[in-house]
Amino acid sequence: MNMEMYFKYLFVMAGVTYLLRAVPFILLKGEIKSPFWKSFLNYIPYTVLSAMTVPAIFYATDSRLSGVCALLTAVVASLFGGGLVTVAIVACVTVLGIDGAALLF
Amino acid sequence: MSFLKGLKDGSPIGLGYFAVSFSFGIAGAKVLTWPLVTLISMTNLTSAGQFAGLQIMADAAGTLVEMAIASFFINLRYSLMAISLSQKVDANFGTGKRLLLATGITDEIYAVSMSQDGKVSARYFLGLSTLPYVGWALGTLTGGICGEILPAMVTNALGVALYGMFIAIVVPPMKGSRPTCVAVAIAIALSLSFRYVPALSGVTVGFAIIICAVVASLVCAFFFPMRESGDDSHEEAA
Repeated sequence: MNMEMYFKYLFVMAGVTYLLRAVPFILLKGEIKSPFWKSFLNYIPYTVLSAMTVPAIFYATDSRLSGVCALLTAVVASLFGGGLVTVAIVACVTVLGIDGAALLF
Repeated sequence: MSFLKGLKDGSPIGLGYFAVSFSFGIAGAKVLTWPLVTLISMTNLTSAGQFAGLQIMADAAGTLVEMAIASFFINLRYSLMAISLSQKVDANFGTGKRLLLATGITDEIYAVSMSQDGKVSARYFLGLSTLPYVGWALGTLTGGICGEILPAMVTNALGVALYGMFIAIVVPPMKGSRPTCVAVAIAIALSLSFRYVPALSGVTVGFAIIICAVVASLVCAFFFPMRESGDDSHEEAA
């Protein structure tokens, strides 16, 4: 990507993100009361992260198999109460193990 | 409520951010050089938004409009936090200070601010935001450089760390909340459709994420509106 395009992207991304924080912070005094919109905003982080993870994780590694296994081990580690860093390490070790083994055999 | 107390309260957030943004740096090194990846973190301070932004930059068909819409929906929850935080700050936290410190409104910094007894001062909020910001920038820098130096197999393995963290954020609330399970299931089903249904494969990455997230969230907000406010309950990083 050329630098001009990068800075345009950066400007748009940072500008929108900043305005979303700054404008309500200085202007709005009331709270959002509508349960519908409150719920919508509560669901957004989870739906965004899910949509970004599946199926992208299948294509993030050297083989389809290691990507699928990383998803499974990460979900299991998380179900057993693993925190952010623990689950991330479990996913990395899974990929290293499977793609490393594929190199050896 | 002093600057130093803010620094102390922000230090665990800073450590956590370092780990997450390290993974962002690794992912970013596949697309951009390390100074450019670090600059994204220094100007945005938002994990999901930055990652979606990176995917749009990497997509040859991505557009600026897509970037604006994706950033808007993914980061819209910060507006909700900003509104609620504006009720919590003290009288000296004026418009100028708010404009300067607004970037510090992230899930974790917001949650810690709201958990304080009494009003939040600008000094405390500055202290609270400082180490998370530094951790976020340094983590990206370190990850970006490691991503360029380390062999591809290692960076590919490290690249799933960010997905691992996303999974660690999404799975715990699913255990206690069936509506969250439904929301996640709809988002994943739509996301799979955009990838594998030929008629939909023309949709660019950024719009696919926007549509998946907005449709799944709207459907669940309609069928399962939450009773509790709960707007500080998720543990998303930045």
